[in-house]
Amino acid sequence: MAVIETVGQAAIDGLVYVGDLAILTGRCAHAAVTAPFQWRRLRGERIIRQAMAVGVGAIPVLSLIAFFIGEIMALQSAYELRKLGAIALVARVVAISITRELGPLITAIVVIGRSGSAFAAEIGSMKVNSELDALETMALDPVEFLVAPKLMAAVVMLPCLTIWADFLGVLGGATFGVAAAGFTLGTYLHATLESLAYRDIVTGLIKSVVFGVVITAVGSQEGLSTGLGAEQVGRSTTSAVVKSIFLVVAVDLVFTSFFYFAAPR
Amino acid sequence: MQERNEPERKTGGQVAIGVRNVRMSYGEFEVLHDITFDVKAGETMVILGGSGSGKTTLLRALMGLEKPVSGAILVRGHDLCCVPPKEMAELRKKFGVSFQDGALFGSMTIGENVALPVREHTRLDDSTIKVLVRLKLEEVGLSGFEDYYPAQLSGGMKKRAAVARALTLDPEILFFDEPSAGLDPIVAAGIDELILKLKRAFGMTIVVVTHELASAFRIADRMIVMDRGKIIAIGTPEEMKASRHPRVRQFFDRVPDQEVSGDDGLLERLTRNLRI
Ligand SMILES: Nc1ncnc2c1ncn2[C@@H]1O[C@H](COP(=O)(O)OP(=O)(O)O)[C@@H](O)[C@H]1O
Ligand SMILES: [Mg+2]
Repeated sequence: MAVIETVGQAAIDGLVYVGDLAILTGRCAHAAVTAPFQWRRLRGERIIRQAMAVGVGAIPVLSLIAFFIGEIMALQSAYELRKLGAIALVARVVAISITRELGPLITAIVVIGRSGSAFAAEIGSMKVNSELDALETMALDPVEFLVAPKLMAAVVMLPCLTIWADFLGVLGGATFGVAAAGFTLGTYLHATLESLAYRDIVTGLIKSVVFGVVITAVGSQEGLSTGLGAEQVGRSTTSAVVKSIFLVVAVDLVFTSFFYFAAPR
Repeated sequence: MQERNEPERKTGGQVAIGVRNVRMSYGEFEVLHDITFDVKAGETMVILGGSGSGKTTLLRALMGLEKPVSGAILVRGHDLCCVPPKEMAELRKKFGVSFQDGALFGSMTIGENVALPVREHTRLDDSTIKVLVRLKLEEVGLSGFEDYYPAQLSGGMKKRAAVARALTLDPEILFFDEPSAGLDPIVAAGIDELILKLKRAFGMTIVVVTHELASAFRIADRMIVMDRGKIIAIGTPEEMKASRHPRVRQFFDRVPDQEVSGDDGLLERLTRNLRI
């Protein structure tokens, strides 16, 4: 009985949490829609600053990771492909696994580590320091002021970063292809393009937009619900990272199943 | 003395903030019990009381940051419980708030902090805003510190910067939470003088929460003494000095709480709220 109760309670808590995220996202969307009709000078500036932090700042580390993962994918699949005498398929395996799955996922994980945690820490320490109260007494809504620019930045930057990660992942695979599978760079890239359909890239990008929403909503929600005291900021940051990773993978599963069953190739 | 009566005459004693039978609690725990008082337009009302007596909670309720469990808070005729968001925003643009720890935005310079409300709520151009920021910083004695970050300022300077930010939109009501707590006597006296100057210059309604006696008597037109979530005295500083209320006397004469006497009392206190 107790087990059922615990599991049931956890499920309800989970649903409530997802509901909170949806409300937060809705409020940001509302702010984004009404913004052009109000005079808000700093809004554009803040979005750009966030976009630089989320997007441009992530490029070096994301490039390296995506490149390595592409290379690892090539190495791993080459074992089996070589046995089958189909080593030439390595470009295809890398291209499809990177664009459909690994590119968006690696990008999301890097952004969670760099920005999701930073969102929670920034908003959380503002909460602890009464800065959120100060915003409210100035008639500035913390969600509109702090969360909306982050959301807009993330929704634009995640697909951009994902395209970049896809590209570097393919290049990583190409180093193996050129070194050990008899490709030239030209033939490898040609084989890659041959094997990719638009939908591989597009489904990956759709997922990355949703990941951007999830990462921002979770990071901000954790920041906004920070308790009193400095150590609570650390706690919020940790749970922002853990919850975002879990939710990103869960959302990934949902979308991938949807694409598989609802729109088969 | 003369200054004290002046605003009273100017405004004819209109009510700026009315507090009616307000109760507030954190969870199950009631921290304000049935609070009722008025703040008149143009007066400086000091809310005095020991730590944990509920001063900050009361101030947060006056600013609409926390909702009372029951009772009403009327600001310029609006009941804060039921003001629609748009009007609440308009109301809040008339507020200036200096929080207990300043609550300056750590990621912005002092100049940006002070400029933020004008930048967000008006269409003034950048150079006008710059002049305005300098003016406000000048008013609080911080000229030349626009480009400093809050972390680079001392406690007293932070408090002054917070006051400058509170003044940017030319508020009608100023709220101060512990403006001189944690400052040395000279700096604290400086903050008191600043509050008096603002009152003289602008005739603002000012609500100050403090536990510092000297500062309270220096700036107050009227004061409230709070004890464990209740108002135990209200009146002018002179009336307060003459008060016979034992807790008021204890507070003003700085007498420590008595030890609980006897073994039973101690036992009661140690085992309170325990389920054995
Ligand atoms: N966020 C909170 N959650 C729970 N209890 C609180 C909170 N803030 C204050 N309290 C309690 O409410 C009472 C009044 O606190 P406060 O208004 O901060 O007093 P003061 O400002 O006079 O020192 C205290 O007993 C305090 O412990
Ligand atoms: Mg306090």
